Amino acid sequence: MTDPFPTRGMKPSLEEAPTQDRAPIEREFTVEERSQARQIVRRFMHHKLAVASAVVLILLFILAFVGGHFWRYNYQEFTNDLSQSPSWKHPFGTDSNGVDTFAAVLRGTQRSLEIALFVAIVSTAIGSIYGAIAGFYRGALDTVMMRVVDLFLTFPIIAIAAVLGDKYGAKAQGWLFIAIIIAALTWPYVSRIMRGVVLSLREKEFVEAARALGASDRRIIFRHLIPNAAGPIIVTVTVLVATAILTETALSFIGFGVQFPDTSLGLLVTNAQTAVDTRPWLFYFPGLFIILIVLSINFIGDGLRDAFDPTQTRVRA
Amino acid sequence: MSAASPEPAGDATPLLSVRGLVKHFPVRSRGVVRRVIGEVHAVCNVSFDLHHHETLGLVGESGCGKSTTGRAILNLQTPTAGEVYFQGRDISKLSRKQMRPVRRDMQIVFQDPYASLDPRMPVAEIIAEPLRIHGMYDKTAKSQVHDLMRLVGLAPEHGNRYAHEFSGGQRQRIGIARALALRPKLIVLDEPVSALDVSIQAGVINLLEDLQSELGLSYLFVAHDLSVVRHIADRVAVMYLGKIVEIAPAAELFQASAHPYTQGLISAIPLPDPAKERSRERVLIAGDVPSPVSPPSGCRFRTRCPKFANQLSEAERQACIEAEPELVERPGVAHPAACHYAAPLALV
Amino acid sequence: MEVAAPTASDGDRVLVVDDLTVSFPTDDGVVQAVRGVSFDLGKGEVLGIVGESGSGKSVTSLAIMGLLPKSARVAGSVRLHGQELTGRSDAELSKIRGKEVAMIFQDPMTSLNPVHPIGKQLAEAVRAHQDVTRSQAWDRAVELLDLVAIPQSRERARQYPHEFSGGMRQRVVIAMAMANDPDVIIADEPTTALDVTVQAQVLQALEKAQNETGAAMILITHDLGVVAGQADRVLVMYAGKPVEIGPVDDIYGDPRMPYTIGLLGSLPRMDTAEPQRLTPISGSPPSLINLPPGCPFTPRCPRAEEICDAQEPGLVITTSAAHRAACHFARELGDVQAHDLFEAETLDRAALSDVLGNEPRDGA
Repeated sequence: MTDPFPTRGMKPSLEEAPTQDRAPIEREFTVEERSQARQIVRRFMHHKLAVASAVVLILLFILAFVGGHFWRYNYQEFTNDLSQSPSWKHPFGTDSNGVDTFAAVLRGTQRSLEIALFVAIVSTAIGSIYGAIAGFYRGALDTVMMRVVDLFLTFPIIAIAAVLGDKYGAKAQGWLFIAIIIAALTWPYVSRIMRGVVLSLREKEFVEAARALGASDRRIIFRHLIPNAAGPIIVTVTVLVATAILTETALSFIGFGVQFPDTSLGLLVTNAQTAVDTRPWLFYFPGLFIILIVLSINFIGDGLRDAFDPTQTRVRA
Repeated sequence: MSAASPEPAGDATPLLSVRGLVKHFPVRSRGVVRRVIGEVHAVCNVSFDLHHHETLGLVGESGCGKSTTGRAILNLQTPTAGEVYFQGRDISKLSRKQMRPVRRDMQIVFQDPYASLDPRMPVAEIIAEPLRIHGMYDKTAKSQVHDLMRLVGLAPEHGNRYAHEFSGGQRQRIGIARALALRPKLIVLDEPVSALDVSIQAGVINLLEDLQSELGLSYLFVAHDLSVVRHIADRVAVMYLGKIVEIAPAAELFQASAHPYTQGLISAIPLPDPAKERSRERVLIAGDVPSPVSPPSGCRFRTRCPKFANQLSEAERQACIEAEPELVERPGVAHPAACHYAAPLALV
Repeated sequence: MEVAAPTASDGDRVLVVDDLTVSFPTDDGVVQAVRGVSFDLGKGEVLGIVGESGSGKSVTSLAIMGLLPKSARVAGSVRLHGQELTGRSDAELSKIRGKEVAMIFQDPMTSLNPVHPIGKQLAEAVRAHQDVTRSQAWDRAVELLDLVAIPQSRERARQYPHEFSGGMRQRVVIAMAMANDPDVIIADEPTTALDVTVQAQVLQALEKAQNETGAAMILITHDLGVVAGQADRVLVMYAGKPVEIGPVDDIYGDPRMPYTIGLLGSLPRMDTAEPQRLTPISGSPPSLINLPPGCPFTPRCPRAEEICDAQEPGLVITTSAAHRAACHFARELGDVQAHDLFEAETLDRAALSDVLGNEPRDGA
């Protein structure tokens, strides 16, 4: 061993070492790199449409969950203004019962977003774990698990939702049943993506490193595989969420979704379908909100996909 | 500078004894029914000892089975046959659960410092993971991680950063710190510096040397670069197509290699010295490594062997084709070499 | 700096590169990948360009051939036989590529067509340059395969690239270069992905090609060993700039730039009786975005003084006019060994005792 207290610098044996007492030159040694999260956020921020969509969605959330409490009308309140066109008093007009359309749309938006959130959380959780287990263990277990997934994917989503929704949709927590049904039918998509990602991740050296340390399968799956699959999963889920909202709307439209006295955007559109020509505000405002929600989620999904894609070139052409 | 002496002091039982290790991988046909149509003979009957505080270099070209040997020893890949005695106990047949306590004493550092660290984990957590897995994560764990980071030359305050924020050399140091966390006795170093630039590589080699002498580690150093192995290993085993063809103390191997493959390997490494490089004697190896699915009969190296091609008589060649040379000591050679016609040659 | 006349009179110099700069605009700022590279190449001369990853050695070679992506900004002059190459259209350059200049890349498949037999590709290259019949061209193709030591060349010529091993493909690419009879061969990390015994075969083929065609060669590699055996002159690059250039024996025997000294000191050697402690260069190369003024090696340099931070040194003459180094102290660095300059770092003693005194315990 040499000097236990190493000092960087030239040994005095070199002839002529003039400025010995110079101030140490300080510079950053390592190349500055951004953290992965920051890079993702930055790439996302480059996607202008996605950023705008995120702002729109956040505003919709606030409007739907908070705005409803402050609006001067309740969605179940019958006012004396029957079938009024939009005015300062009723910005979205009223229906033939005198219900304020703006209040109803806020309530519907809230329901749609609730369903979206529920589906996102539940199908992500179930799909991720299921897919990760199948991809991690491979072999016979994987084969069986994936056939189950295939089975789920063959179910006609609208038909099943219609049957079950008809049975339970009218109950107090009707929207929850709808959400559960939609989640039950969407998690297989998440699990398929997860399995694919895990199949490639499990061959990575850091997984072998964890094995060499004696890590349990559980630890490998939850601490290493699932966190590393977050990118593709988030992207998939945004698409599924948009689908979920449209499914709920479709179900309500055909009469098997959320039912009176509760309301949803789909239900509002259904009720207004005969009034398209006479009282268009009843139809177009809830319709606009559906489009707004679904489009903004889709654009956010686009932005996330680009942000998580490391192959994306950073060179400006 | 490696302080470890080739002869273990006092302790006669080797830390690690590998006996007749075999690892075959099935080759499957394509299509739906993936029948086994052959076997890759990755490791064939490999035996060696590794003593306490010793570094054994395991060298060879890609596909020679050196990395598979390292993984089979750690039971990361179950050996097809053979025994691995670690501290006197055969660990080759242990279940994953039974292996767990053994893993505290044997660790691995991987080649690729980019792939071997979880990109979604802060490095302090990566280094602490072995402690968590073995139920040793206590109040002192945080400070243990800090100490380990300092020991391998990293700033402890960078513990909450992610692996990709570090340079290649720093990442490899993170991998070393993780391997050290449980204070193992044996570390399998699987090409730990081959992905690094030379100026960075030197720092990691020095670190490994220092750690060995201070912590009393034993290394199985798997590498393709003979100059790195010459530098760090006490003994060197040369592998070709799944077999050890020559094993000798490092200095002896480079001054008197006896197997034509070793000689070719040494000749193929260019010396960073123009004068020597221009004047040195060389043994040139022709062709490529044959497929390990159907290795040549007799001596596996004969298809590329310059001695076989240029020096041996027809009768002498017959022995190479028919009889597989054992890895034994031969007349005129001070160490075991698996060649019927082994003869020492100084090439550097 | 090498003095090169701006006119088309480069004398006997085959290739002259003058103050070549390459930059890439990115989101983070402009990456200055190459910051003023100048060198020339005489007939039949082999110049080795060495540097670590990110030193700009490969970008230099791509810039010479005009193979950089469109986003790259290239300035400076590259002259082949006195003809300016920079600023030429891709169509013009592709005529020169392969004929006067042959390129050999790390991946041989960049130069081979996977859907044609090897022999056919070689024969076509022969016919492009010589007025010969098909069968003569085919014979020449087989002969070329023999020259690069492909066994059973006549049968092998009928095979496709995927039937060849990596080393053999690289030798085929070298044979192709010979067929084109170029004046300059640029080999960019030609052996990096290969095993050492195969590397030796490829290097031998490369040497043969160079002797056979009498071409000048630029050999780009990170391996100081490869350069020692192959090159006449060596150019060492760091942070996009040449930091030392000179005859191969001078560079290895009497390096004058601390980076070169450190690089040689950090190489493990197999030709020493007793292994010497290596002298790593601490730190890592600088980011090529917004480089501070001064010598880019300063933060890693044990010899650095104030002037190094203020002023970036140019190449100055050291032992001879041919041997130049970009260091303020180049003339004082004679006989300075890596061990004198670089302190081999040792373990942090305090950390060691902490680690030894703080063993992990069971049952936490």
